[in-house]
Parts: sequence; C-alpha cells; structure tokens
Amino acid sequence: MDRIDFDRLKTGEVNLGTSIMAVQFDGGVVIGADSRTTTGSYIANRVTDKLTHVHDRIYCCRSGSAADTQAVADIVHYSLQMYSQTAGEAPSVHHAASVFQRLCYENKDQLSAGIIVAGWDEEVGPSVYNIPVGGGLFRQPWAIGGSGSTYVYGYCDATYRDGWGRDETVNFVKNTLSLAMSRDGSSGGVIRMCVITEDDVERLFVPGDELPKFWEGREVLGAPAKAVDHGVVPMAVEA
Amino acid sequence: MAEKGLPLPKATSTGTTIVGCLFKDGIVLGADTRATEGPIVADKNCEKIHYITESIRCCGAGTAADTEFTTALISSNMELHALSTGRKPRVVTAMTMLKQMLFRYQGHVGAALVLGGVDATGPHLFTIHPHGSTDKLPYVTMGSGSLAAMAVFESGWTANMERDAALNLVKAAISAGIFNDLGSGSNIDACIITASHTEMLRNVEMPNQRVTKERSYGFRRGTTAWKTESVRDLIVSEEMTWVGGDAMDTT
Repeated sequence: MDRIDFDRLKTGEVNLGTSIMAVQFDGGVVIGADSRTTTGSYIANRVTDKLTHVHDRIYCCRSGSAADTQAVADIVHYSLQMYSQTAGEAPSVHHAASVFQRLCYENKDQLSAGIIVAGWDEEVGPSVYNIPVGGGLFRQPWAIGGSGSTYVYGYCDATYRDGWGRDETVNFVKNTLSLAMSRDGSSGGVIRMCVITEDDVERLFVPGDELPKFWEGREVLGAPAKAVDHGVVPMAVEA
Repeated sequence: MAEKGLPLPKATSTGTTIVGCLFKDGIVLGADTRATEGPIVADKNCEKIHYITESIRCCGAGTAADTEFTTALISSNMELHALSTGRKPRVVTAMTMLKQMLFRYQGHVGAALVLGGVDATGPHLFTIHPHGSTDKLPYVTMGSGSLAAMAVFESGWTANMERDAALNLVKAAISAGIFNDLGSGSNIDACIITASHTEMLRNVEMPNQRVTKERSYGFRRGTTAWKTESVRDLIVSEEMTWVGGDAMDTT
C-alpha cells in the first residue's frame, strides 16, 4: 500500500468520530469524551457514554468503530474480572493496557479502534496509556484521541503543565474537549468526564449549553468601513 | 462478481420504521408492517415485532430473513438459558447474545434491531446495529423511517409518561414513518411491556385500508357483439373400465 488508508470503516458502520482525552495528575487521572455517535451524516446517539468501565479503578476512552471498540472493551472487562478473581488482587493499569494492546495489534487488519486506557493502581498510582489504531502502546502524562484531537494538539502542548491538581486538570480536559468539539463536525453533544483516584471514581457531566466558550467569530462583512489614517501627506503641487 | 455483471440476488428487506419508548411502568415498542423487495411491496401486513421471551420483545429492520432467524435463535437460547438458570432472563442477556452474534458475522447478517423489555432490574431499551454495536437510550428509532420517527420523539417525549400518552407517541412516530418514508407503510403494530403483563397490539391502527370502489368496472352482459356462436363439447368420447370387481368377503 502506497498510502495510509483512512477510510477503514465499512459503509453503514456506526462510527465514534470522536474527541477523547485522559490526563494524569498527582492523586489520580481525569478522563473525558464528547457524546456523539454517527452513521454517515446521521447522529445515531447524542448522549453516548464513551468512558467505559473495565475494572474498579481502570476505565477506557473509545474512538473508531463503535462495534469494534465495544467488543474489545467487553473482552478486556471479562479478562480483568478473571484476573482479579484468580490472582486475588486488582490488575495494574499497565496489565489492562497490555490486554487491550494484544487484541488491537493481533487483529489490526480487522479492527478500527483507537483506545486510551487510564486509571489508578497500587504499583505506580495514576497512569495513562494510549493505544492508537495500529496497536501500539505508549505511556503518556496526557493523551488525546479521535478525529477531534487533531485540532487541539497545539492547545494541549501550549497549555499542559506538570504538577497540576485535580481541579486544574478537570478544567484542562473540559476546555480542550470544548475546543475540539467546536471545530470537529463528528464530535459534539455533551462532555462526560471521570475523575479516578485511589478512593473512588467520580463522574462529571457538562451539558451542551454550558460548555466553556472561546472565540466564536465576529461579523466582518456587515461592519461599517472605517477611514484609516495612514499618516500619508499628499505631495505638494506647485501652482 | 457484481463488477463482472453478475448482480447479487436481491433480499427481501424490511425498509422499515421501528421504534421503542420508555414510559412510567415499562416499554412500548412499535413497527410498521411493510416488507419490500426493491421497489415492490412484498408483504403489506408483515409482523416486525418478534418474540424473545414473554417480557422481552425485539423489532427488526434490515434483511427480513436475517431479523427473523437471529431473533428466533436468540429466543430459543434465552428459553434454554431460563431453564438452566431457573430465573427469568434479563434484557441485557438477550442484548449481549445478539451483539456477540452480529459482531461475529462482521455486518454480513443485516439485522438492525430495537430490543426492549422488563426484567428483575427494571425496564430496558436498546438499539443493536448490524455490526454489533449497541446503545441504551430512553427512546429509540431504527430503519429507513428512523429520521421521521425520531423527529416525533425529539419533540414529544417526556420522562415518566403515562401508558396511553406513550402509546400515542409511538403511534405518531410510526405514522410519521408510514407517511413520509417510501420504505415504510401500511399498518401500525405496537407492544406494551410492563413488569406484570405484555400486550401485543397487532394492527392497532390501520390508516391505509382499501376503500370499496365507487364504480364497478365490470362490463354489462352483451357489451361485445358477435357474428357466430359455436359451443363445443370438450369430452369427445368416454369409456369406463371396471377394475377388480370382487365383492368384499363378509362371511
């Protein structure tokens, strides 16, 4: 193949043309997603929950084909239940991410799934793993994914700082997703977020009419033309 | 094969409007009754609300044969599951069985389903797409008439509706599909599922009944003139041969 095939979805397949995100902070991780599911130009679900529980303190954000990511998440959910029952302890986030990666890599020809795994474990505390479409596995302090993410890489690079607390991280996720949703037609609806800490998992919800607002455009053509003083003096002409 | 001029065989499709709606004490499902084969209406009064268990039903859109056989298979497996566990089966169980089967067939089983029912954990309503993805929502539509039906739900649905209000909303949603979508038509089927009772309302509304013709187009006797008349006996000759002939022994 001489070029990357972006058109991997089969016609009529349900798509999570998405904006998803996960950021770690000192005490835990914040994950977030928009809520739009599309089939072509039709919004099949405007209040989708793309933040999927796979264990007590491990969640994943799903992007790509809805059917593929649901099937993969269901298998991982089953696998982690079996692990915690047989090993008698909660799995690490790295373990969960590895199960995701194995499924995504070994079936890469048949899947279109971009998944971010995030959570808290006993070994390393909070962590975020990114598993993009080919089936790679990358640990990152923050990760963004889905079609909307391409619009906000620059914003994330310019804004993210180490050592943030919970509230600053929640605001960062909320603002980033709002910006991505406003530029990406395949993303939109509401913002769903989860704060995962050692003690509990807190769900946050931002309605579509309460999203953080940024620059939204200004009327240019209708505005009155202004005379501009360039400071140019006409050349003196002798009589 | 299609590129070499050999078209795929056409499948009977339920170019359909199917809906489901949550209300105060259960689920209302609705469907139109038109089945099509390309531009031909193959069945004017088919049933699209399929039986899964007594308190779980499933509306089917897409390839008629696929919806018919997948729901029949899952219905059978749900009965066996209920027998082996000794419990009333749950809606999520049917949903999981259906999505795992459809995912295994990678979209080649063309079944788009609305699954609804009431179990020990309360009322549940799901949509299941042909590739195996599922959604859980308080009101859902599927099939070619889903856009028309969803417009009705988006403007009319409220939380905790009464039974009659929910049934009327479902009827309005299916009507929107019947009258505004070419793939849908004929009558309305509905099914009301509550914790204690399931009511299948077959042809609850029939807005497309054929009216009796205002005029008769039969020709009066003697309209056509003729010059000669010839009536022929079609039996030219008849011969009877008795076979056997032994009288029954009654000694």
